[in-house]
Amino acid sequence: MRKEDVPQDKSSLGSASFKELCYAVDENGEYITAKSTGWNPKKIALDNAIQEINERTERAMKRVVNNETSPIEYYMELNKMDVSILSSYVGVWSWRVKKHFKPSVFKKLSTKVLEKYAEVFNISVTELQQIKE
Amino acid sequence: MKIDFTHKQTAHCENGVVSNLMAYNGFPVSEPMVFGIGSGLLYCYIPFLKVNHAPAITYRVMPGQIFKKFAKRVGIKIKKEKFKNPKEAKARLDENLAQNNPVGLQVGVFNLAYFPDEYRFHFNAHNLVVYGKEDNSYLISDPIMEKVTKLTERELEKVRFAKGAFAPKGHIYYPIDFPKELDLKNAIIKGIKQTCKDMLAPIPILGVKGIKHVASLIRKWPKKHGVKKANHYLGQIVRMQEEIGTGGGGFRYIFAAFLQESSAILKNNKLAELSKEMTEIGNLWRDFALNASRIYKNRKALQDSYESVATQLDEIADREKVFFTQLKKTIK
Repeated sequence: MRKEDVPQDKSSLGSASFKELCYAVDENGEYITAKSTGWNPKKIALDNAIQEINERTERAMKRVVNNETSPIEYYMELNKMDVSILSSYVGVWSWRVKKHFKPSVFKKLSTKVLEKYAEVFNISVTELQQIKE
Repeated sequence: MKIDFTHKQTAHCENGVVSNLMAYNGFPVSEPMVFGIGSGLLYCYIPFLKVNHAPAITYRVMPGQIFKKFAKRVGIKIKKEKFKNPKEAKARLDENLAQNNPVGLQVGVFNLAYFPDEYRFHFNAHNLVVYGKEDNSYLISDPIMEKVTKLTERELEKVRFAKGAFAPKGHIYYPIDFPKELDLKNAIIKGIKQTCKDMLAPIPILGVKGIKHVASLIRKWPKKHGVKKANHYLGQIVRMQEEIGTGGGGFRYIFAAFLQESSAILKNNKLAELSKEMTEIGNLWRDFALNASRIYKNRKALQDSYESVATQLDEIADREKVFFTQLKKTIK
């Protein structure tokens, strides 16, 4: 990559003011570093990834409303987690986390377990129980 | 208290922490030098590790390896510690700061307050330097940021004890013993030798063979997983290749810069030529990312377009095979 080719594409997201360092060659063929505001191919990939997460979160919300899953799954998606990440944060086996996705099991969870989840999601137990659309 | 530490922005966090800590201790070593001597360059497809619901591909060695190998090869000693108890982790950090010793920390980025929101994923192998403490806030030199920043005690504890793959467990590290002079020449040769060995390894998911393997997977993705998922996977590949930290082209430009610098140190012109070739290969990686982005941009891709990016990857693999074979001969 030549110095003048270091991309300066703009992002509409919060990272707009964020500049990263790239390596490029100057007119004498010497390596230099140059700041870049962004590059469209990866901006699109990042935007898509975020959209994907939003879609997953919305789907989880619908399933909570339809009583097909518990709010734990919704908050897991909202926090960009998957079952294995959530499992390591709450210190509960993955298969048990999956069980807690069942609305019937969720209703019977002890306050202690609910508190663990709430703490990880940075919300109160009430918020965890009464999910708002 | 504030240690007189010079913050310098780098492309990659681990290189940056090492380079900045070395400079603080009186040994200026560039980021590409750290990366090259630490044999940072790699290509590895890790199917069992899922990142953001897609298989992981890494363009560099495992977290912590660059510093470990760099230290061994130039003859410095590093002290490393992990903790179960956050209080102990904090105490050790405070001790070091009180002794005017800036330290490296491994952290997770999901709760890293100063990061832009959209970059905050559950990635636990980020590195930064703490160089002081003022009003219960730690002074942070994060190598990928333009300027220094701060984190409260609670914020720092959260990121030091992030959970999931590569959980940092409060990991703290700093150099403790230096030789009179760094033996860069031998270190460079060792670094290059290992990178050649890794990239040419006879293992299907590693190095040049790994690139070929991923090319063949890309051809199958649209049929096997449907266009939506195939595009998501492709987008993730580009992110792993180009997202903050690689300096462009999946670390190929940093590696080319390393070869250029090494050519002067070893007085070996062939390395300067190979640096140019590596720059060209880096450009090919950029082209691949650009074409891949055209596929996942409109979400209505044809089988042909997957075929064409896969062919591009095959070509890169062939060229890197020739490249690393030549590099190996040059350094012998």
